[in-house]
Amino acid sequence: MNDVTPYILLSAILFTIGTVGVLVRRNAIVVFMCVELMLNASNLALVAFAYQHGDLEGQIAAFFVMVVAAAEVVVGLAIIMTIFRTRRSASVDDASLLKY
Amino acid sequence: MEFTKPALEYAEIWPIIVVLAVGALGVVVEAFAVRRLRFPLQVALSLVGLVAALVGTVFVGTNLDEAAGGQARGLLGAAGSVVVDGPTVFLWGVVLVFAILGILLFAERRLENGVSAFAGQAAALPGTDAERDAQSLDHTEVYPLMMFAVSGMMLFPASGDLLTMFVALEVLSLPLYLLCGLARRRRLLSQEAAMKYFLLGAFSSGFFLYGVALVYGFAGTMDFAGIDQAVRSDTGNTALLTIGIGMLAVGLLFKVGAVPFHAWTPDVYQGAPTPVTAFMSAGTKIAAFGAILRLFYVAFGSDRWNWQPMLWVIAILTMLLGVVLAVVQSDVKRMLAYSSVAHTGFLLTGVLGAQSVGDLAAGQVTSTQAVLFYLVTYSFATLGAFAVVSLVRDASGEATGMVRWAGLGRRSPLVAAAFAFFLLSMAGIPLTGGFIGKWAVFTVAVSAGAWPVVAVAIASSVIAVFFYVRQIRVMFFSEPEGPVGEVATVTRPSLLTSGTIVVGVLGTLVLGVVPGPLLTLAGHAGQFIR
Repeated sequence: MNDVTPYILLSAILFTIGTVGVLVRRNAIVVFMCVELMLNASNLALVAFAYQHGDLEGQIAAFFVMVVAAAEVVVGLAIIMTIFRTRRSASVDDASLLKY
Repeated sequence: MEFTKPALEYAEIWPIIVVLAVGALGVVVEAFAVRRLRFPLQVALSLVGLVAALVGTVFVGTNLDEAAGGQARGLLGAAGSVVVDGPTVFLWGVVLVFAILGILLFAERRLENGVSAFAGQAAALPGTDAERDAQSLDHTEVYPLMMFAVSGMMLFPASGDLLTMFVALEVLSLPLYLLCGLARRRRLLSQEAAMKYFLLGAFSSGFFLYGVALVYGFAGTMDFAGIDQAVRSDTGNTALLTIGIGMLAVGLLFKVGAVPFHAWTPDVYQGAPTPVTAFMSAGTKIAAFGAILRLFYVAFGSDRWNWQPMLWVIAILTMLLGVVLAVVQSDVKRMLAYSSVAHTGFLLTGVLGAQSVGDLAAGQVTSTQAVLFYLVTYSFATLGAFAVVSLVRDASGEATGMVRWAGLGRRSPLVAAAFAFFLLSMAGIPLTGGFIGKWAVFTVAVSAGAWPVVAVAIASSVIAVFFYVRQIRVMFFSEPEGPVGEVATVTRPSLLTSGTIVVGVLGTLVLGVVPGPLLTLAGHAGQFIR
């Protein structure tokens, strides 16, 4: 057993920063970056736990997560780009036609 | 460290492989076929692929080996990451049936005068010359996108470890985000729906992934059997487990639209092109409930006392908020969206009916069986209802305002009757599939001791009847108001959409009158293997 508490703490802090960022930031790109921060915080936790358990599964998972995150960037930026080009704004507050 | 080459059970997982291959082939068609040929090629390819996968699913289902001492049938495929067992095969079949119906709706071209319901060119800005030039084009990329989504939906309930489940979650979601933004009309609404769905979906999958990491930290393994072992032996840090279960639940409950993670549902259902809404309201729910059942019953089954109180609260909130907000809607699509939130609550009531085999009376419906059956009845009704919504139109496209539907029953009695029938099924009136489904999930929940949840469920069903019947009254018993041009009429669809609606009506009726065969089939699916 290796002590990985500092790494888990760091990943929890990163995850929290990402979560708070998603909730308070108004620009869709920045919101999206915060989501990526959450994914990377999870990666750090996965790798740290893999080290703790002396097991490779968590490290492999981190690679899968990177690929998935890349795919998500492709889709996400495409959607945010179309929104920006039609509205000249990437603010999540401006996209408010659908409500109630 | 020893590395052994994993063996893939091609014979058992080939339904997924076929769908993925058809998706990939669709991308090639998109690149190389001339524009004129793309539409027929893509539709034919998708239909052939889905039917082949369905035939394969039936074949796999009839040839499953017994496992776990005869309690369940199936095997662990792909080195334990894909579980092909009874519930998996059942869900594959259901997802494929509704995907075939979805493709039929996607291919409908008569409603928009010879083009489909998708934007000619998604990159052309609304209101520009480029968009007008693209008006006559057909967006055929939607078929491969849908194939990828279907493969994700098939993998999601079949996943045997947390990593596969996460990848399946993304494979199922990413194409759907794009499909939501491709409507031909009201493109700003559609793009906004795509952005909201994407940002919130990515946010929730971030939670899911952190949950994966924490549960992995607890158990030291990702596969569900290993997690179950660790939960039973109670060796790890239980704080990690409890927080991890909560975070995994956030990701899954978001996908099914449970309160408090339901905020995207009405916006996305309203903004997305109606064929996409029809397909995803059925498909996503089937896949995500399959995943919820597998995760909570197989991996966390022994930790039931920890997660059941959480699901109690969420089920109650989901049902109440769903029906109360549905009452105040003035748009048909939004009303159906909130009703889908309420149905998520009813399905969660069924999930709460988890019991060990010893506690069940002889011949009693199990909770897996009840939830699987409910998913089928709800999917028939919701897919059919959204198919009808795509027909009711005026000069500017679909007329989804509730008042616009006034007097529809007199102008087009058949279509209005079909819609009324779907609504009655969702309300759970006898002789419709919805009644049997509700009865099944309520009885399993009561026998597992969740009677307070069932009491709330019955109360919400009563409130739900109010807004379903109000819509029926608007269609049949109220006079259209306003000038003639503002009244919505039913556009004659081609056989594709009308066939889908007929299948929906027949499915709902048959499941209401003779539910036995499907209930037996769902029961025959047996239990999850570990």
